[in-house]
Amino acid sequence: MAESGSPTRAPARQEIRLSGSGGQGIILAATLLADAAVASGREVIATQSYGPEARGGASKAEVIVADDEIDFPEVTAPTITVCLSQEAFDAYAAQTERGGLVVYDERLVQATPLAQRRLVGLPFTHMAETELGKAIAANIVMLGAVQQLTGVVGAAALADAVRRRLPAKIVELNLRALKLGHAVASGPTGPRAPA
Amino acid sequence: MSALVDEELLEHAPHDTSLPRVAPHRTGEITQHLRTPKTLWCPGCSNGIVTRALIDAVLALELDPDRTCVIAGIGCAGRITAYLNWSTVHTAHGRALALATGAKSADPGLNVIVVMGDGDCVAIGGNHLIHAARRNIDVTAIVFNNSIYGMTGGQMSPTTFEGDLSTTSVYGNVEQAFDICELARAAGATYVARGTSYNYLRLAQLIAGGIAHKGFSFVEAMVACPTYYGRQNGVADPAEMLKVQKARAVPVDEFDHDGPRLRDRYPVGVLHHAERREYTAAYADVVRRAQAESRG
Amino acid sequence: MPQPRRLVEGNEAVAEGAIAAGARFFAGYPITPSTEIAEVLSRRLPQVGGHFVQMEDEIASIGAVIGASLAGAKALTATSGPGFSLMQESIGYASMAQVPCVIVDVMRGGPSTGLPTEPSQGDVMQARWGTHGEHSIIALVPSSVAECFSLTVEAFNLSEAYRTPVILLSDATIGHMREAVALPTRDELRVAERGEPDVEPDDYDDVMSTVDNIMPRPALGSRYAVHVTGLVYDRSRGGVPSTGTPSVAEGLGLYLREKIYHHRDAIARVEELEMEDAEVAIFAYGSVARSARAAMKWARRQGVKVGLVRPITLWPFPMAAVDHMAEQVRTIIVPEMNLKQMSWEVQAAVGGRAKVVDHGRIDGKLIRPEEIQNLIRREFYYHHFEETA
Repeated sequence: MAESGSPTRAPARQEIRLSGSGGQGIILAATLLADAAVASGREVIATQSYGPEARGGASKAEVIVADDEIDFPEVTAPTITVCLSQEAFDAYAAQTERGGLVVYDERLVQATPLAQRRLVGLPFTHMAETELGKAIAANIVMLGAVQQLTGVVGAAALADAVRRRLPAKIVELNLRALKLGHAVASGPTGPRAPA
Repeated sequence: MSALVDEELLEHAPHDTSLPRVAPHRTGEITQHLRTPKTLWCPGCSNGIVTRALIDAVLALELDPDRTCVIAGIGCAGRITAYLNWSTVHTAHGRALALATGAKSADPGLNVIVVMGDGDCVAIGGNHLIHAARRNIDVTAIVFNNSIYGMTGGQMSPTTFEGDLSTTSVYGNVEQAFDICELARAAGATYVARGTSYNYLRLAQLIAGGIAHKGFSFVEAMVACPTYYGRQNGVADPAEMLKVQKARAVPVDEFDHDGPRLRDRYPVGVLHHAERREYTAAYADVVRRAQAESRG
Repeated sequence: MPQPRRLVEGNEAVAEGAIAAGARFFAGYPITPSTEIAEVLSRRLPQVGGHFVQMEDEIASIGAVIGASLAGAKALTATSGPGFSLMQESIGYASMAQVPCVIVDVMRGGPSTGLPTEPSQGDVMQARWGTHGEHSIIALVPSSVAECFSLTVEAFNLSEAYRTPVILLSDATIGHMREAVALPTRDELRVAERGEPDVEPDDYDDVMSTVDNIMPRPALGSRYAVHVTGLVYDRSRGGVPSTGTPSVAEGLGLYLREKIYHHRDAIARVEELEMEDAEVAIFAYGSVARSARAAMKWARRQGVKVGLVRPITLWPFPMAAVDHMAEQVRTIIVPEMNLKQMSWEVQAAVGGRAKVVDHGRIDGKLIRPEEIQNLIRREFYYHHFEETA
């Protein structure tokens, strides 16, 4: 990957689960992530929760990214889990593959330690509010951070996805949100493990 | 099917000048529009009268027979499709209006006439009737209402009058009969008319009025079924049954709307006529807007 | 040049496939998990001069589709189990009256309201035998978003060629997942047009289609005064009803069957993977075929000879491929999201030449590769498998 922030070469198949509450833009975030992976020439499958499940307040979207054709189309043991609500953390964090990464919003989630998973809590919602004045952009701040932490897609590809998918008048805000996410994930205070 | 039509008399019958003029055609001209002179309708059945009235109406309006299709359901009335030599579709029971909605939407220039029986129209097909009326799609629906299921041998239908006998109401029907015209009107039909097989010329004119109207037109033709309705209810003679129609039919402007209805008397003529945007025309606007947006 | 690769949902691919196939009419009724097909077509059809209508129910929807097809438009509807059940009577009508049309059934758990958002393959026999009476049918099963598009095009081509309803059996998994695909453009596709019969209207009633020369149905309102009926009709007399002559009824019934069965090897499409030296075959279709492919790859990595036979055409049953498979392998594993619906069919076709192992799942969850892998282990009990999958 040419872009910065790619700590390791991406494995052959990565499973990313984004979870939270309705209204947090979970599905849009997954779509942008998938768009970026598609543009990078990789195989991609994206799915999301539907029906009563989706209306019950919880929201879940999953993206599988691979170099070869994807056979089984469902996420089984995510390599990356993002939790933007306590409910989501309680339900999904432990399903993360051993050695995998759990990213959560530290303001919304009281994380409990999990063996053999890397836990990273960051203040996505708080930063979106204070730095951008838009709490609703927390999902994009999160995306920037996930990109920085995992390199699952390239930073430039993700920015392109934001430019292509979102209405022109909100593109600038969301590009700033991405950068904010990059910064918070790599900044001096850096990603923190739970206390 | 000419037995009940006196051509000489018809030529001099009084026209309703508010409706399209229908000059009745001679039997020889009528039969040119038939595939076969033989039908399976019983002796004394009124279906042939309505069929002839429909042909007269189409000829009076000078519709192109190639661009006219008749879509009908299952039942005695539905058999009209095997007799007319225009494009005809004999659909599944109750589904004529659903198919007609598809055919008219796919080809709005097509003249679509739907023929249904009473069971076809308001029992199994009742949902399609109210929605076709609601959409105000430019289709002319003619229901041959004989108040009975004839094809299956005389069972009660939603238009069998209270107290009447049938093979499935042997103690007398306890259900209220539908006033189909009221139903069609309430659902949004913009032309609603009722005629009788007794008054041939007026029936042909009412059908012509429906075809000429742009929007959902509903024409209820009261027809006699001596074999299955008449015999079970004490009026087996076809001519007597037509006389009953004459006795019950009251021109709409003379009808007492607060008095008894349906079984004893019913209004005939154009019961409702309104102008409202027709469905396929409205959809043509959708196409124009969608194409303009996708180009822009 | 194909369109650029992008993320496309299965249901959206069906809708775009229909547009590319020349479909210009859709009638439907909202039902999970098929609704996106209606939503996309409500926007797309008017853009191409077509017509979308939301009908009062599924019975009306298939009726309107048949009416539109008779009026000359390529037409489709989309639904799921409960709606598919409601459509069965008119699917029989379309079969009897030889009306080309496409019915998309995005299968969900049943019976009845069942599991509205979860996948199933419980309708495969309903697709075959759901309507009453002896008839033939064509049913195609996509297992990817790309196939949602290509098989919709194929479904229209087959419906026109054989003048028959064609059923596309998708499912909740395939319909709702989004995959990276480059959809073909119109000029990359073979699209069958309906055309007119090559006889004059006066002669039309006297010319019978044969199994090898199926004349297109003239449109209502064309120069041909057609009569269309669901009654048994006399093919030699312009299709007028004829219910009193047993030989006419038999002749029509056999024709309706043979016009498809005679061509079943041409219609049947099957994907075979790693079958050259396979000792065990997995026979899997639709979304489950993806799990089967994963299991097959796992088996090959483990050094055991497993192949995959994936019917793309489920009906008419791909007899030639199953026949070949039965001759070659000792065991055929049939995983499906129902209880043995196709497994029985495979067993009947195999006729004891190979062992048929069925594996059903009806809890609304997609069969997982590990479930099939466990069955493979049993067939190669003498082989040392590595612990890791």
